[in-house]
Amino acid sequence: MDLSLSTRTVGDRTVVEVGGEIDVYTAPKLREQLVELVNDGNYHLVVDMEGVDFLDSTGLGVLVGGLKRVRAHEGSLRLVCNQERILKIFRITGLTKVFPIHNSVDEAVAATD
Amino acid sequence: MATVELRFSALPEHVRTARLVAAAVARRAGVDESVLDELRLAVGEACSRAVALHRRNGVDGAVRVALTEQEKRFLIEVADEAGPAHAAGAAANGGDPEDEDALGLAVITGLVEDVEVGNGSDGGVIRMSWPVAPVSVVV
Repeated sequence: MDLSLSTRTVGDRTVVEVGGEIDVYTAPKLREQLVELVNDGNYHLVVDMEGVDFLDSTGLGVLVGGLKRVRAHEGSLRLVCNQERILKIFRITGLTKVFPIHNSVDEAVAATD
Repeated sequence: MATVELRFSALPEHVRTARLVAAAVARRAGVDESVLDELRLAVGEACSRAVALHRRNGVDGAVRVALTEQEKRFLIEVADEAGPAHAAGAAANGGDPEDEDALGLAVITGLVEDVEVGNGSDGGVIRMSWPVAPVSVVV
């Protein structure tokens, strides 16, 4: 399975819905998408990972890169994820402390802290 | 001799194939279903790292994945041909590639109880193993 990406705007947030597999081959596409959004002035991103079947460290690296980019503009990058096998990867790399992770897009969009 | 051996050009598009083959062979060998996700991820990380080392060192060559069914363990070796000096090169590089390398190794060591990162004749080798007994420990 390949990577699927779609974006939509909810209020002042841009929701990036990601589906499929984020790995060493597909991660550059996600990186391009995040870079493009930031370059276009979207600094508050919500990455919805509910449709992600596979995530590896390359994908984590891209998300960290995205976070650095939005923070340079005082923005935010929030994740939506309920899948235990994906959450585990964030936990073992200590990235649960770096990313706000939400249960739903609604919750992520409403979050302001 | 390995039960199944796979060699692929050190390119990102082949890493998925290696993951799928490793998981399929592991399942057949009797590795518990509950750890197959982790096994697939660990193999993917090891292969991604190998591909990245080739790319960083500007070296062509192949990544070798050897899947060996032993009596009580399922052994996976991922070997690169990126050269013996790659470890020093990676450390000297700094910046993002090093971060990704560190993340990849963090995932592997976080997931796999029995893992060893060493050097082979042409480059690095990551050796990992999982129990094939019906009862396995979730890490």
